[in-house]
Amino acid sequence: MLSATFLFYLFAGLAIGGAIGVVMARSPVGSLLFMVTTLAAMAGTFVLLEAHFLAAIQIIVYAGAIMVLFLFVIMLLNLGHDYQKDLKGGAFAVVSFGVIGGIAGLMAQQLGATGMQDGPGGTAIDALIAEHGAVGAIATELYTTYVVPFEITGILLLVAIVGALVLAKREV
Amino acid sequence: MITEALVLSAILFVIGTFGVLVRRNAIIMFLCIELQLNAVNLSFVAFSRMFGIEGQLFVFFVMTVAAAEAAVGLAIIISIFRHYETVNVDSFNLLKW
Repeated sequence: MLSATFLFYLFAGLAIGGAIGVVMARSPVGSLLFMVTTLAAMAGTFVLLEAHFLAAIQIIVYAGAIMVLFLFVIMLLNLGHDYQKDLKGGAFAVVSFGVIGGIAGLMAQQLGATGMQDGPGGTAIDALIAEHGAVGAIATELYTTYVVPFEITGILLLVAIVGALVLAKREV
Repeated sequence: MITEALVLSAILFVIGTFGVLVRRNAIIMFLCIELQLNAVNLSFVAFSRMFGIEGQLFVFFVMTVAAAEAAVGLAIIISIFRHYETVNVDSFNLLKW
């Protein structure tokens, strides 16, 4: 009954519904809550694709930290009143939705026609998880082959902290 | 499952693009950009089922960049709000020519 396919379509429906809610919601707070729905549903699809650690940090970092940061800013600025001026006019919206919807349809058709199956990477990941565990499978690769990008990421976060402080300070 | 995940990723990316083009509230535009980043993350994870675990590592880096981008972007929004008392992007035309 609760097969992986059924669960995938359940999560996909939740994710798409939440995404439409993000775009259509009137107040920023509602938009944010729909975004949390989408993020949780995508964490579910990550689990179905055997990326357990990423599903965990999707919930903790994205839905936990980043969304709370957004909510904090919305509450701080006391937004969420003037949603009428917030939408760009009708003709532009219809045209842009038609164009990008057509592009998405073409992409979906192409991807559906190729019919990708679980490749060699899937079995390799399963073997890695069986050997090192879900976190160890990522960690061994991250701290050996990709250790320099990992360190650069640390510098990026430091720069972001300093930049955010300088920008949000009252007197520059 | 990989094909379906890629199609879902394409749909979510399109909805995010639509949101960035249509909404004028700077914070909702940021949320839609996060949605686009997440759609790309999903396709990275799906491709990792074909090509190995490097795809999952890239998602790790993308999430870090997204966190840094959210922090700096929200600081910019706060700074703009102090000057203009609004976050409607139609009100800012300082960098338009």
